[in-house]
Amino acid sequence: MRHTISLLVENKFGVLSRVAGLFSGRGYNIESISVGETLDSKISQMTIVTSGDDQIIEQITKQLNKLIDVIKVTDMLELDHVEREMILLKIAPQANRKLEAIEIANIFRGKVVDSSEKTLTIEITGTEDKLTAFVNMMKPMGIKELVRTGKVAITRVGTKK
Amino acid sequence: MKMTGAEIFLESLKREKVKHIFGYPGGVVLNIFDLLYDDKKLQLILTRHEQGAVHAADGYARVSGKAGVALVTSGPGATNTVTGIATASMDSIPMVVFTGQVPTMLIGNDAFQEADIVGITRPCCKYNFLANNIEDLAEIVRDAFHIATSGRPGPVLVDLPKDVTVAKTEFIWPEKVDIRSYRPKYEGNKFMIKKAADLISKATKPVIVAGGGVILSGASKELTALAKLTDTPVTMTLMGLGCFPGSHKLSLGMPGMHGTYYANMAIQNADLLVAVGMRFDDRVTGTIETFAPNAKIIHIDIDPTSIRKNIPVDVPIVGDVKRVLTVLNKLLKDNDQKQWAPVRKKWLKQVDAWKAEHPMSYAESDDVIKPQFVVEKIHELTKGDAIITTEVGQNQMWAAQFYKFEKPRQWLTSGGLGTMGYGFPAAIGAQFAAPDKLVIDIAGDGSIQMNIQELATAVINKLPVKVAILNNRFLGMVRQWQELFFDERYSHTGLDVTPDFVKVAEAYGAVGLRATKPSEVVPVLKEAFKINKTVFMDFEVDWHEKVYPMVPAGASIDHMLFDESIEKSAKKKKLRAVK
Ligand SMILES: Cc1ncc(C[n+]2csc(CCOP(=O)(O)OP(=O)(O)O)c2C)c(N)n1
Repeated sequence: MRHTISLLVENKFGVLSRVAGLFSGRGYNIESISVGETLDSKISQMTIVTSGDDQIIEQITKQLNKLIDVIKVTDMLELDHVEREMILLKIAPQANRKLEAIEIANIFRGKVVDSSEKTLTIEITGTEDKLTAFVNMMKPMGIKELVRTGKVAITRVGTKK
Repeated sequence: MKMTGAEIFLESLKREKVKHIFGYPGGVVLNIFDLLYDDKKLQLILTRHEQGAVHAADGYARVSGKAGVALVTSGPGATNTVTGIATASMDSIPMVVFTGQVPTMLIGNDAFQEADIVGITRPCCKYNFLANNIEDLAEIVRDAFHIATSGRPGPVLVDLPKDVTVAKTEFIWPEKVDIRSYRPKYEGNKFMIKKAADLISKATKPVIVAGGGVILSGASKELTALAKLTDTPVTMTLMGLGCFPGSHKLSLGMPGMHGTYYANMAIQNADLLVAVGMRFDDRVTGTIETFAPNAKIIHIDIDPTSIRKNIPVDVPIVGDVKRVLTVLNKLLKDNDQKQWAPVRKKWLKQVDAWKAEHPMSYAESDDVIKPQFVVEKIHELTKGDAIITTEVGQNQMWAAQFYKFEKPRQWLTSGGLGTMGYGFPAAIGAQFAAPDKLVIDIAGDGSIQMNIQELATAVINKLPVKVAILNNRFLGMVRQWQELFFDERYSHTGLDVTPDFVKVAEAYGAVGLRATKPSEVVPVLKEAFKINKTVFMDFEVDWHEKVYPMVPAGASIDHMLFDESIEKSAKKKKLRAVK
């Protein structure tokens, strides 16, 4: 099962490699990882998407907690939360399908952020399902490049699953 | 007053009550070594290899219970510490290793003798620091000792760039340590402890499985009290030996791959395992699927990741073993005035029957020296009171099986990593921690050659460390597997050219003794123990001898192989039970 794990860590040299090293050293997989500073510049926030059965996820959260620089570990699956990911997609549609591409992007609340004679670059944010659906729709348009940020997640206020 | 980084470093060590540092000099630590030249409070013990320094610090820690300290130079000095750090890490030994580093502005430039030791050791230490700012140095040293010795102990490395130890600043010793992201949990959950007490009260066939955590936590007294109070037999993992008296009638010796028949049978037939400060290593459990099939499991450990890592448990208790056992014992005493003896009678009788069925034994000989006989005699002559270190291989297993440890911190062995070359330098560290104790390294002829250069360290420091080499002219344990599982194809395990260990010892200024016949074993041991010097004893032992019982890899722990020569109990080789 897929889990999104949110970490608060000391914003110190080498912390990312401690976290990444834990996953590689123990054979856990990382589907995506995103890192950024929090309001307190001494603390960073990491969102890691990983998968495994209950026992593996339990080990992952315990092992993360055991890292000296990790302040807090939250398995988002246990909480009501919002998850988002952003994609930048460069497509090269045939001239007669360009408008159609923009139309689809609009339906998905995507934004055209760059365009050239031959290409369009679309920014789109959303849940995994939405992004997958969007990418599938765009496939026939000729996807040239696709980059994704990895998921970020935040809990909803005052609710517990 | 302003002090240099080097002065701050040494002053910080003194604040941490360090007296002995095991080390080796080099370019970027010259200034630190210069200060040590006439320091009256800190003694630097020069080993002959950095690996030796780290194992010595490890041995020092295991005997004293305090963090061991090592100091080496950058690059090759630092990389030479890795095996020692990994060894300590696997066995949760508190230690702080200081490595010199090239100046901060050169880091990353492939400077001369630069190695990214923080990167290299990251996965094999509890934590590490690059002290790249002199203002943080005192606090880093303080944190390093705190992290190494608290929670589940372990090695910590501090990398000291040259420019930082040369720079100057005001020395400020942080009065208290507080690391917000590191607050180990010591108190066990009351509710869980209550549940554990209930299970113990109801169990009819319980076994305590005690590990190294009992020793690290200083909980031997509490563990012994629990066993006696509830009349529960105790088996000790390799790391746990000594936490319960080996000669006590409730002791089952060691479980697992080379464990006793009765320990394994007790585990497989138990209705309750009380696992204390141990981590269900694969050498203990054999095949997980068939391990302790009928037992409920109570697991007490300070490290939450140890719990449910390898084995599902019924009552997990995260906390310091000593504190948890104190509460548990009290509950058992208060709640339950029941008489345990009648409840346990049947179970203990069964355990005794297993003990009688396959006692720890070996086929004796009047012609060749049996390695087990040597260990047995060492035990007898030292009355079970020596500090024993081991190398790795058959020597280690025979020492574990045939020396009965009565007290904690008298048994030093590389359990988790299984590091050949550990025992001799560890014995040197142990002797510094316990100058009045008899310290003996039970060694193999292969392993001893991995750190044999430390003879110089032992001799120059006048350490009366004894090394008993069980010389079978083979990498014996590997040969054993080749004999049993690879059709006796002894690929690269014969040590055809082995040095004359007596002469090697003499060349270094130590004493060398040799025994080639069983009748010479006791005289050699007696003489060695009498001499107040470093002694190598070369015991030419029967190379055919194998470690038994043995659970083949991948089997259930009650599927044990036994020594056929004993089983047949041939006339000459009379069966012998070891008390
Ligand atoms: C550093 C290291 N290298 C290799 C091994 C693998 N190994 C385990 S036991 C053993 C043989 C040890 O031989 P010896 O020291 O002569 O001891 P014996 O088994 O004969 O008592 C070897 C090579 C190891 N444990 N450690």
